[in-house]
Amino acid sequence: MDWNFIIFSLVKVAVVVGVVQGMVAYSVLAERKISAWIQDRVGPNRTAPPFMKYIPVLGPFLTRLGIFQPLADGLKFLLKEDFTPAGARTIYFWLAPAIAVIPAMLTVAVIPFGSQIGHQHMVIADLNVGILYTFGIVSLGVYGIVLAGYAANSKYPFFGGIRSSAQMISYEISMGMSIIPVLLIVGNLNLSQIIAWQSAHGWMVMYAPLSFVIFMVASFAETNRTPFDLPEAETELVGGYHTEYSSMKFALFFLAEYSNMVASSAMMVTLFFGGWTLPFFGLDQPAQSLGVGILQILVFLAKLLFFMVVFIWVRWMFPRFRYDQLMDLGWRRFLPLALVNILITAVWLWMRS
Amino acid sequence: MAITVNRKPLSFWENLYLPAIAGGLKVTLKHAVGSLFQGKQVTMEYPEQRWAVPTGYRGAPYLVKDQEGNTKCVSCQLCEFVCPPKAIRITPPGQSGQVADRANAEKMPQEFEINMLRCIYCGMCQEVCPEEAIFLLKDWSHVAGNRAEMIYNKEKLLALGGTHGGIQKWKHKLEEARAQESFPVKV
Repeated sequence: MDWNFIIFSLVKVAVVVGVVQGMVAYSVLAERKISAWIQDRVGPNRTAPPFMKYIPVLGPFLTRLGIFQPLADGLKFLLKEDFTPAGARTIYFWLAPAIAVIPAMLTVAVIPFGSQIGHQHMVIADLNVGILYTFGIVSLGVYGIVLAGYAANSKYPFFGGIRSSAQMISYEISMGMSIIPVLLIVGNLNLSQIIAWQSAHGWMVMYAPLSFVIFMVASFAETNRTPFDLPEAETELVGGYHTEYSSMKFALFFLAEYSNMVASSAMMVTLFFGGWTLPFFGLDQPAQSLGVGILQILVFLAKLLFFMVVFIWVRWMFPRFRYDQLMDLGWRRFLPLALVNILITAVWLWMRS
Repeated sequence: MAITVNRKPLSFWENLYLPAIAGGLKVTLKHAVGSLFQGKQVTMEYPEQRWAVPTGYRGAPYLVKDQEGNTKCVSCQLCEFVCPPKAIRITPPGQSGQVADRANAEKMPQEFEINMLRCIYCGMCQEVCPEEAIFLLKDWSHVAGNRAEMIYNKEKLLALGGTHGGIQKWKHKLEEARAQESFPVKV
């Protein structure tokens, strides 16, 4: 037993989970703010603890920005009545939110979010099958949703769960297929090695742009975001799979959705946009000093936030796909496209060798 | 017989969805920039910013005073009678009650209450008032902690109504009366 390893791993887990949770809370705020701006509104700008008005400039500014809104939202979720409908299958009803959240949080474990600080590599688990692990875990996420739809014992959640299972399984395939060219080019499944390859040869999005497009669209579908939010289509299914949920259990589904967004953004950054590297200022090499190490983490976070904003931006732009269009896009467009993409990449690599 | 709407088939480029996506992103970005940096929000932040009420707006009915600061209402109870939702309640002074605080009037109400929860702002009280003592002013926002506070009494109504300068009924009546002294009447 290497105590050093255990302690540092625990610290990293705590920090990463904390950061992801914080990002989830504030991406809800970002969602509301950005939607407001896009719709010519103002967004949440009132919530503030009472002492804030005594701080001269900063207090009103933060209040207008809605910085305290997530705290109020969280408090509201905690204090609301946790209601279990009479017909619900209680055990599954309680289990489903946890099953939805856990895979969402687990995905982040293999993402390298920085090079190194001291001798510690800034990744929780440097697996040599990192991508396989991610795909394995991400596909578990659907069980929480299906189980929620089933356990609620109500028709709309059931529809939501069924739609979700079909959708996520369909897009899982194109997603996995879209990654294969990347793996062919790099020749390694380890995410740290993929980043190292990108820092040497340039960002992967230049080599496999089609993979990126397919991966991005598939990750929209995987995270149940608009234009693929059929499992929770408000206009059709009341609230979809979480219709019958309330209080903290409902919040857990929210948490799962946004954690999935964070994880997908992190995967996109890692696979296609060079992870924590930047091609200038020598930021593409593992850090030698503490400052550079922290800077690289910030670079990673900045890239991550960019993709989070894209996720949110797209949500407030698109109408929802019809269900047959969704399936058509997944199976008849993206899957052949991904297969052709693999073939072209393989042929190209073969010609070069 | 169903009507067939001819749809133009999408070209290959349009079928890729990409032009539509780019167009959508452009529109939403334009709106976001507009509301963020150019102050083009369409919403109004209510308690701080308020609507400019147009002239002739029918807000809450209040009692008004004449130029000398006297009560114009003579407790005739026509408004109480005409009020469709029965929001007005007038307590007349009675036989030995308080006399009016102005000339040309026999009495004034001992108490005059308008229940703002019942009032529908129809303006019939203003229309029916022979003394032009009640007017629908521009107040549209009433806030109270309980229902009892929403029943405005005479004192409050007079304070809120203020002095109404435009209409001086008894001055005109006096002029009319004086004019009648000489014949023919010229008003």
